[in-house]
Order: sequence, then C-alpha cells, then structure tokens
Amino acid sequence: MQTKSIMIAGVGGQGTLLACRIIGTVLLEEGYDVKVSEVHGMSQRGGSVVTYIRYGDKVASPVIEKGQADMIISFEELEAARWLPYLKKGGKLITNTQQIEPMPVITGNAGYPKNIVENIRAKGIDITALDALSLALEAGTAKAVNVVLIGVVSKLFDFDVNIWEKALEACVPPKVLEVNKKAFELGRAVPAATR
Amino acid sequence: MAKLMLGNQAVARGLFEAGVDVVSSYPGTPSTEITEFAAKYDEMHSEWAPNEKVACETAIGASIGGARAFCGMKHVGLNVAADPLFTASYTGVNGGLVIGVADDPGMHSSQNEQDSRHYAIAAKVPLVEPADSGECKDYTKMAYELSEKFDTPVILRLSTRVAHSQSAVAEEERISRDIGAYVKNAPKYVMMPAYAKPKHVFVEERTAKLKEYAEVCPFNRIEWGSRDIGIITSGVAYQYAREALGDGASYLKLGLINPLPEKLIKDFAAQVKKLYVIEELDDVIETHCRKIGLSPVGKELFTFIGEYSQSLIKEKLLGERDEFEEYGENVPVRPPVMCAGCPHRGLFYILKKLGVMVSGDIGCYTLGAAAPLSAMDTTVCMGASVSGLHGFNLARRGEYEGKAVAVIGDSTFIHSGITGLINIAYNATNSTVIVLDNSITGMTGHQNNPANGFNIKGDPASAVSIEAVARAVGIDRVTVVDPNDLKETERVIKEELAAAAPSLIITRRPCALLKSVKHKSPVKVDPDKCRSCKACMKIGCPAVSMSTGKAKIDPTLCVGCGLCGQMCKFDAISEG
Repeated sequence: MQTKSIMIAGVGGQGTLLACRIIGTVLLEEGYDVKVSEVHGMSQRGGSVVTYIRYGDKVASPVIEKGQADMIISFEELEAARWLPYLKKGGKLITNTQQIEPMPVITGNAGYPKNIVENIRAKGIDITALDALSLALEAGTAKAVNVVLIGVVSKLFDFDVNIWEKALEACVPPKVLEVNKKAFELGRAVPAATR
Repeated sequence: MAKLMLGNQAVARGLFEAGVDVVSSYPGTPSTEITEFAAKYDEMHSEWAPNEKVACETAIGASIGGARAFCGMKHVGLNVAADPLFTASYTGVNGGLVIGVADDPGMHSSQNEQDSRHYAIAAKVPLVEPADSGECKDYTKMAYELSEKFDTPVILRLSTRVAHSQSAVAEEERISRDIGAYVKNAPKYVMMPAYAKPKHVFVEERTAKLKEYAEVCPFNRIEWGSRDIGIITSGVAYQYAREALGDGASYLKLGLINPLPEKLIKDFAAQVKKLYVIEELDDVIETHCRKIGLSPVGKELFTFIGEYSQSLIKEKLLGERDEFEEYGENVPVRPPVMCAGCPHRGLFYILKKLGVMVSGDIGCYTLGAAAPLSAMDTTVCMGASVSGLHGFNLARRGEYEGKAVAVIGDSTFIHSGITGLINIAYNATNSTVIVLDNSITGMTGHQNNPANGFNIKGDPASAVSIEAVARAVGIDRVTVVDPNDLKETERVIKEELAAAAPSLIITRRPCALLKSVKHKSPVKVDPDKCRSCKACMKIGCPAVSMSTGKAKIDPTLCVGCGLCGQMCKFDAISEG
C-alpha cells in the first residue's frame, strides 16, 4: 500500500501530541508501518502546532509537505485555513469550529477571518466541521477536544472499535480515562455530514 | 511485538539494553526525552545535572569507574560540554562512554542552527547518526561496543525529526554486564603535558584504525536502485531522499559520520552516473568527498539553512512540485505566547512599563520579547543575561545602571548564571539581576532542577537556596517578590534599580502548568463596568480579548490568576 498521510493541526496545549499517539498506536496495531512526527518546546506555548502521521507498507519520511496530506484534522478553525495548502487534491479536512484568537487578533493588529468553513467548502474541498468543544464539555472537560475528534475520525476507518478503545487505554492516563472514553463515544456518534 | 517509540525513547531503550549504569544530562529540546525515559528504568541511575559540562564530566567519571555511561544534551549544550569532551578523547574510556546530542535544523526551539558533526571532527571522536527510532536503539547499543573496542567516547547525533518522530522498535533484553575493574593509571587519565603528548599519538592512531573500520561498518550501507542517480546521505535526509526518489536512485546511507570511509564512497561514486550529497546543515560529507577527489553536487543545489524535505529533493532533482490550494485570504500568524496564568507575565509588564533595558536569557521567558510585552533587548545563550548585563553596564559607564536588568530563570541561573553573578559582585558593577523562579525547568517540558527540591524521579532532594547563593557570592541586597502582585513587583524593581549596590530580585511563583498549582475559577467581566479602555489587553494574555467592544475572558484558557483585574481601573473584572 502506498504511504498515506494524516496531519493534525492545532494550538499548543490542545493535545495534538496525544491524538497523534492514539492514531499511531491504532495504525501500528492494524499492521501498518507507522511514523509519527511531533514538535516540542518553544512552538508549543500557545503557538500554531502541527503533527504528522504517515502509514503504509514501508514509510520513509516522517514529515508531510504542501499538497501531500490525505487528511487534515484541525483542532481550531483558523488552523484549518492556515494548513489547508498541505491537503492533497481530493483529500479530506475535518475541523473543530472552536475559535482561539491568536495574539495579533487579541492585540487588534489583525482580524479573525470570517466564514472559514464556508470558504473552504466553496473551493470544492471535502470538509467536515463540528463543535468539538461543546462535545468535550459534555463529556466533562474542555481538554477532551482531541479525543472527541479522534472519535469522529475513527468512523472513517474500517477498524474494529475495540482497537481504538485499546489505544485510548494505552495512551491516556487512568485518572482521566473515563471522561476520555465518553468524549470518544460522543465524537464517534457525530453523523458523517455535519453542518 | 514492536512498539511505537520516539527516537529519544528508543535511545533510552538502547541505553537500558546496553547495560548502561549512569545517565547524567541537562534538558534541552529536542534531546530531553532521552533522559526522561531513561529515568523510568530503575536499573540505571539517571539524573538531571546542573549543566551539560557537569553531566559530561559525571559520565566521564562513571566511565573511568568502569560503568557504561551516557550524557545527553541539545546541540548548544555540547558547546558547554566541549571542554571535557576534547580531553576525554585523549583519556579514552574504561566503561563505554556515549554523548548524545540532538541538533535542531529549522530551529524549532533553539537560538542557533549549529551542526554538531564539527565537534566530532575537532575532538577526533567517532560520531554515529541514526535515521529512525529502530536505528536509534541499534546505534546506541553499537556505540558502546565501538567506545570500548576503540577506547574512545562516541557521539550519538540526532536531529529534531529523528528525536521527535515515532516509529516501530522491537524491544530486547538488557545485557548483563559487571562493572569493570578500576585500576589507577595516571598516564591514561592524568592529562598533564607529559602524559597528554603520548595520548595525542594514541588519538591519531585510533583515528587511523577507525578509518579502516568505516569501510566495513554495518551502519554504512548501499541500497541499489537506478544507477543514474547516486545519493550519499545520512540521518533524516536519507528518509527524505528515499521518499522523493524511491528506487529511482541508489543510496549510500552513512551511519558512521566520523571518520568517513574513503574506498566505500569512491566505489559507490564509480558505479553511478551522477553523484549527489544530501545532508542537512553544513557540507561535512561533501567536503570529505572533495578531499578524496570526487566532485559531487551538494550545497550548490541544496541549502545550508533549515530542514530539508521530500518536496525539496523532488523539486531540486526532478523539477516536480505537488499541487495545493491556498486559503487565499490573509491568515493571521499564531506565534507562541506565555500561557494564561504564567508568572512571568506580570514581571515583563512592569519591565515594559519602566522602559528598562532587559538583558535576556534562554527559557519560556524569552517570549517576553514578543508583542505586546516586547520587553527584552538581548538573548544569546544560557547565562549570558547576567554576565552580559555586567559588560553592558561597564560599556555605558554607569549611565544604564539604574535602567537595565538581567532576567534569568531558576534552572538557567543554576546552569550558568551563578558565575556571572560572582563577576558582578567581584568586579563591582551596580547591576540588578532578576531570577524568575517558577520552581521548574519550564520550556523543555517540566524537569525538576537543583533549586526546586526534587530529583528526576520526583523524590525530595537537596534544594539550592538562590537567596543564600547570592549573599554568599557578595550580593547584599536580595529581595523576593510575587510577580503576580504588580504593585509590589514595581516597587521592588524601582527600589533596587535606585540602590547604589548590585542586587538580586527573585520573582517567585510556580509555573501555572504544574499539576501542584491549584487554578482558580475563570475571572468574570462586568460589561456594564467595562469602559473598553483595553488596559487588560496590555499584559498579552491569550485568555483576554475584546468582543463587541467589551473585554472578554476565554473560560477554557483562564486560570483565574487575576492579573487582568489588577490592570482594570474600573473594577470590571472580578474573581469567578
């Protein structure tokens, strides 16, 4: 199988690393060769953060470049616009509609772009948009946005749900496992065509 | 069953399996997790040292004592540890000694983009470079065999994309290894001229032997594909080339980077039509190729700057580019910022307000240089804030003594701020140094340090008193203040700047991300009281913004620190 690429974009602190590890663990369990690439340190402090997952028979490069992602999972709406160029032609974009204002917007030096989801859809791009923050809060914590989105993504793969649950158990600390399981279920229950 | 592991985690696994006994490191992105994962194995002693020089010397001592030893650091850490490295090359080892160093091409979290391979050449020690997590483990183990076989320290070089990428690793057992005997041997371990001179001869002989070994080293391998293009490469650049060109090229993938083979490279070059060298950062392999009479295409096509990728190689070699769609409208940048509730925020707000020159340092607080706080004038390296302020004040001959401060974190102060403080006291400039004590090494992801009272395992440990250190080196004016108390922080800084003696201020409040820190409920804005003056926006908190003309608090980000409330003159912001 040719190598496939999934990109996760978000804001430092949103838990993109954990999301990558869960998806990576599932893909490895399914028998793929997997590479997951993360960035730590300075850029994580509330900055724009991307992580890459690549899987297939034999994966070489751990990174994804413009025009190469089969799927982008964006944890924040503006980040979907920022990282759109990384989507491959015919690729799928899933975004949380939560908006976190970046510092130039907070200080009034820039405006937060409007109608991002509509603008992207107008380009003929396959985009799923959902309010993952509300679902995470329903599960019990705003921090579970990442696992809600994993629940949404899990429906796009033809894998047994047990494998996802097992990966969740392996990657999430026991103390917060219950709330994350709930978040996963709420995400998984989101219908395919939303908004 | 193989497991997904970070490159750094796989190095730690390699240390465990190689029977390593002593690991001493200083945190630094992208190397930190090697030692964090090593600390999870109770079979090894792991520790955070005060700085990389101490870590390296600890590992050297452990090696002389017969243990297999390791020290880990980021590329700029090797500058600090260079002194012991160069002479450990002469002494050689007893137990195997490996120095792990992680370079940061692209500067994801660093102040420069230096190439550590130069150190191996200069110190005349072997350097190995893995290209994925599996190799991270295998090369680590092999590095100990090389170290003991050739009586030399070995550098294990990673780069960000190898250190921070996960791929599958198969776990094996830890070897059982007794600590070797220690035999006093002054000609080997006492590097005074009479003993060092013959050791230099030994080093040159060792290099000659290593050159022979490079020809047969299993880490240097050829993968044949089309012979129209021949690529000499190493590390993650190999992965990019493979991704871009597949079997459309042949590869000489080098794992032992110092010394480099001669015959192997010449033989490979002779069998391909066009020869390229693809290596990130400097032209180390390319220079070697030219030295042995080859003329590969290297830096004339590829850059010295930043990270490479499969796209770059496809474009340069094949002229191909992937299609993509731009969003179109301008997308505002999202630079990293101090977290909501960060104890550094209040201090930098006051420094900006006072308009002082700020001699900065390395840590989360370097973000104080960013808008809207913009309160930092310099950042060079660990410790340079303190010693640099002394020099600056000497240059300005007192003009700035009441108008300049140094800012340095607790861990950075222990790392290399103390010696600068000694210089301020000893050579007498009226300098004001501020230690931002947030009880943790923050930027690298929360490592304990010698000042916070806990060791790498989280167990209670002896804690350096920063106040007592300052007094002991001759600083009589020492004050502690809570940086979330804006009024008191301003008063103390003004007082110390006005004083006719050098002073040390400690702004003490733990990092807001620490699990032990209890957060308050998010603050609330009373829209009737809010006059839209935007005073609360001046602190640059990511949780505070304006919505329909009034201040707005993002409750998912706010930790209730109350700093914005102190900014408000109209009592519009109250505790939640």
